Amino acid sequence: MSDNGNGTKNGSKKPPVLVVLQMTGGNDFMNTLVPFTEGIYYDSRHTVRIDEDRVIPINDKLGFHPAAAPLKEMYDKGDVAIIQGIGYENANRSHFRAMDIMHTAEPLTISTKGWLAQAIQQLDPNGKNVLTGVSFGRGLPRAMAAPGVRVTSVGDLDSYGLMTSVEIKEDRAEAMDIFKRFYTPGIGSGATMSYLKQTGDDVLTGIDRLQEVPGRYESTIEYEDNPIAKSLRDVARTHIAGLGTRIFYVQHAGYDHHAIEMPAHERLLGELSGALRDFMDDLREHDAAEEVIIYAFTEFGRRVQDNGSGTDHGSGGGAFVIGERVEGGLYAEYPSLDPKTFANGEDLAHTFDFRGVYATLLEQWMSVESQDIVKGNYEQLHPFKTA
Amino acid sequence: MSTKAVEAKTDPALLAHLYRRAGFGINRDEIDQLATEDYSDTVEFLLNPTAETGIPEDELKRYLGGEAPHAYLAIWLYRMLNSRNQLQEKMALFWHGLFATGLVKNEHILSSSNQIEMFRENGMGEMREILMDLAKDPAMIFWLDNNENHLGEPNENWGRELLELFSLGVGNYSEIDIKHASRAFTGWTFAQSPPLYPHGYYPADFLFREDDHDNGDKEFLGHTGNLDGGDIIDIIVKQPSCAAFISRHLYNFFVADEPQVPTWNDLPPLDPELIDAMCKAFMDSDGEIKSVLRVMFNSDSFKNARFKKVKSPIEMVAGILKLAGEHTDFRHDLAKYPQSSTFTMGQILLDPPTVEGWHTGREWIDGGNLTERINFAVDQVGDGLSPGIKRIIDRLVESGSLSTPESFVDTTLDAMGPISVEDSTREALVDYARKTEVDDDRSRAVRMIRLMVSTPDFQYA
Repeated sequence: MSDNGNGTKNGSKKPPVLVVLQMTGGNDFMNTLVPFTEGIYYDSRHTVRIDEDRVIPINDKLGFHPAAAPLKEMYDKGDVAIIQGIGYENANRSHFRAMDIMHTAEPLTISTKGWLAQAIQQLDPNGKNVLTGVSFGRGLPRAMAAPGVRVTSVGDLDSYGLMTSVEIKEDRAEAMDIFKRFYTPGIGSGATMSYLKQTGDDVLTGIDRLQEVPGRYESTIEYEDNPIAKSLRDVARTHIAGLGTRIFYVQHAGYDHHAIEMPAHERLLGELSGALRDFMDDLREHDAAEEVIIYAFTEFGRRVQDNGSGTDHGSGGGAFVIGERVEGGLYAEYPSLDPKTFANGEDLAHTFDFRGVYATLLEQWMSVESQDIVKGNYEQLHPFKTA
Repeated sequence: MSTKAVEAKTDPALLAHLYRRAGFGINRDEIDQLATEDYSDTVEFLLNPTAETGIPEDELKRYLGGEAPHAYLAIWLYRMLNSRNQLQEKMALFWHGLFATGLVKNEHILSSSNQIEMFRENGMGEMREILMDLAKDPAMIFWLDNNENHLGEPNENWGRELLELFSLGVGNYSEIDIKHASRAFTGWTFAQSPPLYPHGYYPADFLFREDDHDNGDKEFLGHTGNLDGGDIIDIIVKQPSCAAFISRHLYNFFVADEPQVPTWNDLPPLDPELIDAMCKAFMDSDGEIKSVLRVMFNSDSFKNARFKKVKSPIEMVAGILKLAGEHTDFRHDLAKYPQSSTFTMGQILLDPPTVEGWHTGREWIDGGNLTERINFAVDQVGDGLSPGIKRIIDRLVESGSLSTPESFVDTTLDAMGPISVEDSTREALVDYARKTEVDDDRSRAVRMIRLMVSTPDFQYA
């Protein structure tokens, strides 16, 4: 693992890029990749189910939710690896704790070091590029945060900047001229003030470079109008602009379907798979696809039994790795539907530890040492094409 | 009435400092009034909350109440902005940071909000009562698993954190003390509240299960016998290390940023003399927090520690909202500030990142958080007609200080706090004042205020 990010491992000449996509709220994996021959699935799901005639089969047992048709097309092209039954022992059913665990790779103790922030530290040890890690959307996820690691957090690329509420352009420019003087590094009374000024200066550097991005971008791809499409378009535009970003983070919210799941889940899966297809098409149009993979995950799966309208928190979720250099197919085992195997008597038991997936992505794709990040050696998958 | 007619006894900048720390801010006109009184009297006023809170309790419940976390956050913020008992509110926040309990685990808002109400009621009382209330608090019992702490099968989570994080600090007890303290709290649990639906939330109540309590002999910090939880707390609050630990936490919260708590066993306090004086007040008063606060707020160290603390996100947000206007109306979107605005800056009340609470000082700042802090502040002060901003502008215009760039900057800094900034910041602001000389007064003033809240200096309380 010494070729730190120069891309020889994944077969592309360009440095590898990882886009992490968080499906927030706990995606119903059973209704995403449906076990349509299992009687127990239909017995347990009276309302919240995809009937066999609506499933888009990928083999004689499993099929995609109909709204995920674009994802199925990508799967047929061989660009999608489905990791079935991802999780960890004694899965936590609290969203916050479960998401924390996913973000820090620490199921037992509470950690302040995000797994991706630690990877960013390895990719850019001296913090030379404030854009090595960029998160689009609301707030910086814990996965991207660690003490001393400089990353950039962007709400919306088109309006990104400081003092964005100042409407008159000249006013803003004039104020920003003065603002730059406030945040000139090196002058400051005390270590915290120096750090504050340095941070402000980093923000300005990031903004200067990111503000050029929209103007440099042209594409024939028309993304749909929804938040995940918008965020993935921001990722595409930034990646295409070539600013050296190696890890992107985006979030797709709303998967916590305790009630009225059927229409809501359908909408989300439709938005997500359409956005993923447009994103990959966009990258291809700009000859910028082969160095990129997307890792889409969620904090937990949902209860086997429905509650008449939705599903409650469970375990045994699924994840997707998507990209041109991915060896498409099914990875790990689909969680057993034999009730004797259920966790807590009611949840799908996981079949693959999520830390092994992180190790796979970090080592095999990003060429980053994973042992310190996931705290140990976990079984890895091999979802990438050999070069 | 002109405030000039009455001679000021107290420096307005000192009062602004006191209210930034002991509260969530105060407007400049109120400072003029307080300046006619002795500083120590203002401290006493803050230390002794009265029934005249200025909070319309019934309306608050009617318009902002509800059974969701955001409803309680809105009510909490409303109190920060409007309560006359500012220090009482600040102490509720202090104890929440120290005894950091997460709603994420119990997902039962009434237990979490009852805990905050408990801190509000009792936050300046005796340490013994505060810890006893905490040990019997259902939200804390569940958070640290004391309901799983059984006779013969002790669970040490609460016992450990009580000593490590809540009262003594690392290095002032042994692993044996933890084991025996944990045994002393066996059987301290809560009665399960009825399920939520269809009846709504019910509070959980403390329950002592005699049959699950370990009545055997225990040894704790040199004391032996059939100690129970109350005995353990009695012993704790008499330890000088408890006085030192709580004093240092108060110092870190109210006076100046200390290094992060886990280093305290290795690094001495920034101001050992003040900590000693606070410890003495603690020991002399049987651990009465009010006595410790009195010594602290009246000390020269406190008075001189201006702009030595990075504002926490909730301090930034509440401070800006107070600066910009009045929040006596019951806007339903009040919850968005403690939910969404502070979240993007790195803090959601009731959701501490860990049982350690929030890391403070420079750890509040990263690129994303700083951007959010600046944009939030600039956005909130941009309306020259909002009551607070209008008040500042009126002061400026009436004083005639817009005539020279220097007096424009200095008077604005005074009207916004008073606050002060580093020389390099002031020079830049004066240059800005020079550039905008041709504009009309009111829009010039808004632009100056906007720029001032974006300074690195403004990140400090």
